[in-house]
Amino acid sequence: MTTPVEHERTQVDPAPEEVRTEDRPWQTLVWNDPVNLMSYVTYVFQKLFGYSRDHATKLMLDVHHKGRAIVSSGSKDKVEADVAKLHAAGLWATMQRSS
Amino acid sequence: MKKWTRTGDTVLGRFDRQEAAVVRGLVSQIQDMLVARAEEAPQDELAELTGIRTGPSTPPDDPILGRLLPDFHRLDPDAPDPAEVDSANALRSLHEPELLDRKTGVAAVVLETCPPDGGEVRLRLEEAEAWLSALNDVRLALGTALDVQEDMPDELPPDDPRSPHLGVYHWLTWVQETLVEAVMS
Repeated sequence: MTTPVEHERTQVDPAPEEVRTEDRPWQTLVWNDPVNLMSYVTYVFQKLFGYSRDHATKLMLDVHHKGRAIVSSGSKDKVEADVAKLHAAGLWATMQRSS
Repeated sequence: MKKWTRTGDTVLGRFDRQEAAVVRGLVSQIQDMLVARAEEAPQDELAELTGIRTGPSTPPDDPILGRLLPDFHRLDPDAPDPAEVDSANALRSLHEPELLDRKTGVAAVVLETCPPDGGEVRLRLEEAEAWLSALNDVRLALGTALDVQEDMPDELPPDDPRSPHLGVYHWLTWVQETLVEAVMS
């Protein structure tokens, strides 16, 4: 049994599938490469994202040891801008939908 | 070259004549490659009217330029997803002109502030940050050309044709490392 209000809302809401597809945030990934210096990568994360020294260092170590790290996430526009800034700094960055 | 030092918002370094020539020569070469790439951008009347520039939609063939101007998606080299390829190409076309501007811009800062005959290099903080990006681009280019790996030795066997150039790469690594330390201090 459902109340009228809930019934109405069920009809107005988009299908769950659509919600997930449209609202799914994007992720910025940075990949390990043999040239970029650990100190420089840490500096770039602090400078571009305003992360603390500790957080930036942790992300840098993830890139170094695991081969990649998710360094930011959000709307497509935000992540696209983040990737562009990382490319300007010379880091190997890409973007993908969150899975 | 002595280690970079920072006092307040000023960063100081010193290069001898030969070191300055190496830095300027490499930075100029990268700048030339980037300018040549920028000139490949499609010219169209619509872009002139709207002021919205578009760059090439395909990655550079040259591996050095390819490393300096990466794709926006990680594409499977063997079986790339066609939708991702389209998206990567569109994002490249949209963002590459500004990326090229920024990279040629930091190169220009180095060429303006590094004296051709060597001597003191006196940088404001934002100029030091431009140097970091430009030095990184030069190292990416050399690293790609020399096929640098994670466990690169300090020296290669003397008969390796890359051997004389690796010394320059390691020296640039030291210059960049000490500049990061100075900027972050």
